[in-house]
Amino acid sequence: MATYLEFIQQNEERDGVRFSWNVWPSSRLEATRMVVPLACLLTPLKERPDLPPVQYEPVLCSRPTCKAILNPLCQVDYRARLWACNFCFQRNQFPPAYAGISEVNQPAELMPQFSTIEYVIQRGPQSPLIFLYVVDTCLEEDDLQALKESLQMSLSLLPPDSLVGLITFGRMVQVHELSCEGISKSYVFRGTKDLTAKQIQDMLGLTKPAVPVQPARPAQPHEQPFVSSRFLQPVHKIDMNLTDLLGELQRDPWPVPQGKRPLRSTGVAVSIAVGLLEGTFPNTGARIMLFMGGPPTQGPGMVVGDELKVPIRSWHDIEKDNARFMKKATKHYEMLANRAAANGHCIDIYACALDQTGLLEMKCCTNLTGGYMVMGDSFNTSLFKQTFQRIFSKDFNGHFRMAFGATLEVKTSRELKIAGAIGPCVSLNVKGPCVSENELGVGGTSQWKICGLDPTSTLGIYFEVVSQHNAPIPQGGRGAVQFVTHYQHSSTQRRIRVTTVARKELARAFPGRTRGTNSGTVSWADAQSQLKHIEAAFDQEAAAVLMARLGVFRAESEEGPDVLRWLDRQLIRLCQKFGQYNKEDPTSFRLSDSFSLYPQFMFHLRRSPFLQVFNNSPDESSCYRHHFARQDLTQSLIMIQPILYSYSFHGPPEPVLLDSSSILPDRILLMDTFFQIVIYLGETIAQWQKAGYQDMPEYENFKHLLQAPLDDAQEILQARFPMPRYINTEHGGSQARFLLSKVNPSQTHNNLYAWGQETGAPILTDDVSLQVFMDHLKKLAVSSAC
Amino acid sequence: MNVNQSAPPVPPFGQPQPVYPGYHQSSYGGQPGSTAAPTPYGAYNGPVPGYQQTPPPGAPPASTAQAPGGQAAYGQFGQGDVQNGPSSTVQMQRLPGSQPFGSAPLVPVVSQPAVLQPYGPPPTSAQVTAQLAGMHISGAVAPVPPTSGLGYGPPTSLASASGSFPNSGLYGSYPQGQAQGHPGAQPPQRSVLPQASSFTPSASGGPRMPSMTGPLLPGQSFGGPPVSQPNHISSPPPQALTPGTQMSGPPGPPPPMHSSQQPGYQLQQNGSFGPARGPQPNYGSPYPGTATFGSQPGPPQPLPPKRLDPDAIPSPIQVIEDDRNNRGSEPFITGVRGQVPPLVTTNFLVKDQGNASPRYIRCTSYNIPCTSDMAKQAQVPLAAVIKPLARLPPEEASPYVVDHGESGPLRCNRCKAYMCPFMQFIEGGRRFQCCFCSCINDVPPQYFQHLDHTGKRVDAYDRPELSLGSYEFLATVDYCKNNKFPSPPAFIFMIDVSYNAIRSGLVRLLCEELKSLLDFLPREGGAEESAVRVGFVTYNKVLHFYNVKSSLAQPQMMVVSDVGDMFVPLLDGFLVNVNESRTVITSLLDQIPEMFADTRETETVFAPVIQAGMEALKAAECAGKLFLFHTSLPIAEAPGKLKNRDDRKLINTDKEKTLFQPQTGAYQTLAKECVAQGCCVDLFLFPNQYVDVATLSVVPQLTGGSVYKYACFQVENDQERFLSDLRRDVQKVVGFDAVMRVRTSTGIRAVDFFGAFYMSNTTDVELAGLDGDKTVTVEFKHDDRLNEESGALLQCALLYTSCAGQRRLRIHNLALNCCTQLADLYRNCETDTLINYMAKFAYRGVLNSPVKTVRDTLITQCAQILACYRKNCASPSSAGQLILPECMKLLPVYLNCVLKSDVLQPGAEVTTDDRAYVRQLVTSMDVAETNVFFYPRLLPLTKSPIENTTEPPAVRASEERLSNGDIYLLENGLNLFLWVGASVQQGVVQSLFGVSSFSQITSGLSVLPVLDNLLSKKVRGLIDGLRAQRSRYMKLIVVKQEDKLEMLFKHFLVEDKSLSGGASYVDFLCHMHKEIRQLLS
Repeated sequence: MATYLEFIQQNEERDGVRFSWNVWPSSRLEATRMVVPLACLLTPLKERPDLPPVQYEPVLCSRPTCKAILNPLCQVDYRARLWACNFCFQRNQFPPAYAGISEVNQPAELMPQFSTIEYVIQRGPQSPLIFLYVVDTCLEEDDLQALKESLQMSLSLLPPDSLVGLITFGRMVQVHELSCEGISKSYVFRGTKDLTAKQIQDMLGLTKPAVPVQPARPAQPHEQPFVSSRFLQPVHKIDMNLTDLLGELQRDPWPVPQGKRPLRSTGVAVSIAVGLLEGTFPNTGARIMLFMGGPPTQGPGMVVGDELKVPIRSWHDIEKDNARFMKKATKHYEMLANRAAANGHCIDIYACALDQTGLLEMKCCTNLTGGYMVMGDSFNTSLFKQTFQRIFSKDFNGHFRMAFGATLEVKTSRELKIAGAIGPCVSLNVKGPCVSENELGVGGTSQWKICGLDPTSTLGIYFEVVSQHNAPIPQGGRGAVQFVTHYQHSSTQRRIRVTTVARKELARAFPGRTRGTNSGTVSWADAQSQLKHIEAAFDQEAAAVLMARLGVFRAESEEGPDVLRWLDRQLIRLCQKFGQYNKEDPTSFRLSDSFSLYPQFMFHLRRSPFLQVFNNSPDESSCYRHHFARQDLTQSLIMIQPILYSYSFHGPPEPVLLDSSSILPDRILLMDTFFQIVIYLGETIAQWQKAGYQDMPEYENFKHLLQAPLDDAQEILQARFPMPRYINTEHGGSQARFLLSKVNPSQTHNNLYAWGQETGAPILTDDVSLQVFMDHLKKLAVSSAC
Repeated sequence: MNVNQSAPPVPPFGQPQPVYPGYHQSSYGGQPGSTAAPTPYGAYNGPVPGYQQTPPPGAPPASTAQAPGGQAAYGQFGQGDVQNGPSSTVQMQRLPGSQPFGSAPLVPVVSQPAVLQPYGPPPTSAQVTAQLAGMHISGAVAPVPPTSGLGYGPPTSLASASGSFPNSGLYGSYPQGQAQGHPGAQPPQRSVLPQASSFTPSASGGPRMPSMTGPLLPGQSFGGPPVSQPNHISSPPPQALTPGTQMSGPPGPPPPMHSSQQPGYQLQQNGSFGPARGPQPNYGSPYPGTATFGSQPGPPQPLPPKRLDPDAIPSPIQVIEDDRNNRGSEPFITGVRGQVPPLVTTNFLVKDQGNASPRYIRCTSYNIPCTSDMAKQAQVPLAAVIKPLARLPPEEASPYVVDHGESGPLRCNRCKAYMCPFMQFIEGGRRFQCCFCSCINDVPPQYFQHLDHTGKRVDAYDRPELSLGSYEFLATVDYCKNNKFPSPPAFIFMIDVSYNAIRSGLVRLLCEELKSLLDFLPREGGAEESAVRVGFVTYNKVLHFYNVKSSLAQPQMMVVSDVGDMFVPLLDGFLVNVNESRTVITSLLDQIPEMFADTRETETVFAPVIQAGMEALKAAECAGKLFLFHTSLPIAEAPGKLKNRDDRKLINTDKEKTLFQPQTGAYQTLAKECVAQGCCVDLFLFPNQYVDVATLSVVPQLTGGSVYKYACFQVENDQERFLSDLRRDVQKVVGFDAVMRVRTSTGIRAVDFFGAFYMSNTTDVELAGLDGDKTVTVEFKHDDRLNEESGALLQCALLYTSCAGQRRLRIHNLALNCCTQLADLYRNCETDTLINYMAKFAYRGVLNSPVKTVRDTLITQCAQILACYRKNCASPSSAGQLILPECMKLLPVYLNCVLKSDVLQPGAEVTTDDRAYVRQLVTSMDVAETNVFFYPRLLPLTKSPIENTTEPPAVRASEERLSNGDIYLLENGLNLFLWVGASVQQGVVQSLFGVSSFSQITSGLSVLPVLDNLLSKKVRGLIDGLRAQRSRYMKLIVVKQEDKLEMLFKHFLVEDKSLSGGASYVDFLCHMHKEIRQLLS
């Protein structure tokens, strides 16, 4: 098994791909029996410091319906200068530039180690990056001040030739013109009126060609004379202006009567931002960065009225169908998100408020466009400040870790079809022979648009095995998948990253098996060996994340309990399929190593905020789900099952079970849930700390002990995006709830006496513990009734 | 006349006259020599011949005759006077006035009387007699003297012109070519004709009109014209008239005509007038049509001879002079009920002793008929022209402010009238009886005071509200909108920055000016700094608001493109205190012209701009004023979008009224909202072409604002005028968010209102803004009997917010007499006020009726008024005599001016916008303004010695009064001309213009060079003085005799026939006489 682990890891490092099954079933029937679909997690822009992009363009298969890119899996006839497409088997001539090709002189794309390769496209105009700030001014003074400072700071981080724009909103929406001297100019819109893109462009004076296109440059459809947009200007030109402008930003001046929320026209502001970019820079990478300090309270997209006495919708209201504005607002933002996505613009939302801000309604803006969603309490917190700063972090080449306007195209060999994708993308509705009828996630297409990408953005891509049971491919055949990602690099280059992967397929893995029979037969032995092979190639981590994505995807549209039931059923079926057990004998149940962690992931997934809304506001749920749908495997696993480290005098820090039994008085715990970093001092430790031992020279080791988790936490904080909430608490502290709610409640008030005092802290909950969960699972798995 | 004239003044004047004649004859070329004519007569005669020649023979003889005739005419007057007999004392007073003119005359007059009527014959030749009809113009009542004055007519030419303006004039007409002469005119005439015909029937051949050669034959006419109507004051020297009328192009101006009627007259009285003769012929032919009221028809034939002597008919100049001399010296004390104040043209001081000063209220009559029957019979409109916030001369104290404390001003419980000097305290002062509704009210304890033995409160003289006609109360919070004391008002400057505005240099000029002008915002009393806040908006197709908050380093501009749904994008920083935000404002005003320097935007919006200003005030919860600077027809897609609907073909059709009506109702709706918010709109227009003033001015009109129009604005030429109007407009004291209510004694009731305001019910006049120039005219009707003893009371209460944001009530009280005798009514009328009312009435009428109907109505009403007088008040006399009440003797001449004004009788070159502009301008004019507007002032500059510093006496507005060796100044409140005669002495030219000869003077010059000599200083001083008197800056236009521009100038010579068909004074008078006779018979 070690080999498989290595294989998986290697593949991930090289290609950024993790399949749920690394050996593929050879027929549709077999695939369906395997419960967990054949799918992969793809990180299209995984950082590859060792992969310099090649400065030429890829060679395409000449079959118009295929257009796959030359890759190491292709058969090449060096003599004839021909290559055979490994997807459609079309034979293609090499282009003239490849005249010198030979076995010893291969282009990079033919070398096996370049299963992932990046091309730079030299043609076409270079479009600058665009950053459009959309800023709420209905903030408290210090919040606004902090936000202004962050924004001013960000100007220095932007590439000098990128374009920036500024829209502010409160009761009205102002689009600031940046190029004027001596007077600051802005266009003002009523916050209550929905405008069409055409109207917005008319009103901003964008429809008239302000400057005739210079004849020297052939006008291309994509190309816009930059000068034409007074609202988007190169940073290096106007950073002084803009800094002053930001400095002079005032809180929304309209009076807010007692008992009212400020009127906030977020819906119109976003609409104008989208309309502005749509009119000026369609199909050019752009980020709309929305900073808001409260819910939209008027106009299209309003989430709550301005009466403070009417609270913003809760999950309870939504279940009761009591959220008046939700549907309409959601529709508004969906429309905007789709328009933005169609133009390749991504929308970020930075929402900082103590109450909800309407992320539930607005989530599509980020989810469909690949933007970030950041939720905080205030702009005046390091959580926001550092998160925001981190957006502009740079890679080893000094480029931003962001890419724009990407299209991901997936090509499959004949045995596979594409069922769909789940991630920060929208469908481009490109049908083709390799698109399946059955949809999982966003399906019905072989291409998706991902308007904003960073090196960790990860999509789950689901496949369907289509080869028929009676027409299998020869055993040991290899199925292949090619991922082609076109994108605008932050250096403004257009690039194409191509990843071509292949996996073994097993022919007739289970020839003699029939449905529902687990009993050994003659074929069993045979099947058993095959099965073992398949089992061994199971990537339970990837599978857990992929299943979780499916679950979360469903949860967006279905009732929570239904999703949980579905997940349970899948888990039981999987255990039935791959468990070793005697019928009706739960105690005999065993899972192989490659499956052993999977039920536990599912257990924690069921308890996770992605599927449980209890204790979370709709906004929080939306935010958690947002991040879950775009993070890579490692982060996703942390989200599903937080990591817990224990620090003590007994030895070096060690990971411990995420279990209440790990909460001991003489331990310091460090929990990372992705969204929170919790440092928890056990009872004794806390007492010592209060007594001040750490300040006594003779207890310096205690000081070190206290410091250790802090240092580790810092390390995580440094690397994580978005910045997690950092919680420092202790036994009995109110914030300890963050820890208590995550750990497996192996000890509760119900079984407390059975377990004895020493072993850990009881959790006051009625939730089932992992133990109980597993017991039930075993029982159900071995039961022939279900 | 000759006689009289000749005596004193003649010499100077005389000369000129001759000259004119000369013109006619020779058609200008002529006779320079004319000057030579020793005596006036001579002059006339001279010309005559000329005329006659053209025409047939008959005339010649006449000419000679005429001269004499003229004299005779005088005589008549005299008589007339006599007849009328001395009437009221007041009138008597006027006598003196007349004297000045020719004291000599006076005597003669008297003597003449005897002569009079009959004598027409004597002096003149037989013919004369025959011709002349008798018209007497006699001051009805006592007017004697005055009349005589008229008679004399100061020999000189007085030009008084009123009436039609030349379009081109000041309002700026567009560049169109000016029509010449008559063309346009004819149509009108036609319409007129009918009337004429009516009377003329008898006249022989009368109707022939135009072609009519008929006229020529004087002879015939004579005979023929048996017409009956006696009246007209025909004029003697026809020539003179003619000249005036003819003016430019047309050779033969139609004679004005009366002649036709004259026949009748002749018989009767003064042949003297008759002389007119010769000229007529000429006219007849050429112009026939033009003649005004129908007169023509007849005229031709009749007679040439018959013209009335213009000097014989009532002269406005004389009346004004008389009044000045009689009443200018002593203060007018308002203590006595029903006193007729001095004329508006007289400088006098007012002492408030219980009635409002005539500066605040003037009535058409100070003695009201007790019953509605009488009122109906007399047809004299009962109206008051009220200027509640009128500015007072420095010598007069502005109204005292009274504070009645928390309970607010003391009022009658029933009718809500405010405490005033006429309230009767009874029961030892514990109660008071309301003088309006007779309700008995308790006196609140804190207001109690004992009465003295006359029943007067002992503190009456300590309390303005008990002793004065005008005073103010401090309003309590109950009088405020939303029961909240108002915030200080705000001014918003809204500047068109479209291509036209930028190109003409307007924007730059304006911004530069505003920088300094902002220091002169109106402030109250001794306040150190104005409480008024300011805001700025610029616009073309979209609006730009500016944030000029003092804390900003630079102004912020906020563009609102959503003109379909206007809103105000900012609250804080839009309206600011000038001193606090000075640097930001200055920076803004520097930027604006730069920012738009390269604009290509030509389209503008209009309604959204007003909407925006109004919303801004609403958001700031204050009243205020918008200053809009606008250039073009708002054709951009937005509410209130207009299309060009200017259609000259509509003139003289039933649809003509649509030209005065707004295109869309949107502006009325908007105006209503503005009024509700106390948002007054002042509009400055700078059009290069049609902008639809009728529609654009709706909002200013309904919100109590003003409209200023500068056609084809060019910085070099018009900056002075614009800036000075702007300065005055910005600096003037304004009351905001005002409501005016006029209460009256039981028996009469305010029924109709004219002016710039809005009314949402029938009694309250709502004014978003009201300044010291705006006038509200109120008409009263009887709803019951009035009591002769108690008289009739008016109380005008104006609730307004001062520029410092203080809520106040200004009260004006006026007590009038009531009469049971019509004669009392006629004795206490004021013609200027009457004309003011009638003009406003007519100008409103054109919105709903065809212009012709409106004109007919005016004529009929005037005829009825005069006929009623003749029937009921005048001493019996021949039907052929025209007898006018002393107080109304100028009614015909003034009314004629109204009738021929551009609104009612447009010339070809008058644009639709001009008419609409004037129409709305007149609506809120006060009496003094309408007076000079309709009958312009014509001042000879070189007649009196240079050292003489007083304003020279005016002359009548007629071309025949101009002498080509002199320089004249003409003004009507909007226009200012300097007319230079062709043979002015070189020295004068040099000292005034700094050039050596007449030919070197630039025609159309608008600024006189500053030269260091007496004449130049005097003239410039005079011009400045005139400008200071008027609420709008009058741009000077230098007109040279015989120059193209002279056309323009002649338009203002209102006693002459106008090119657009307006009748000459003489003709009109004849026509009026005919009408009256018809009514009487």
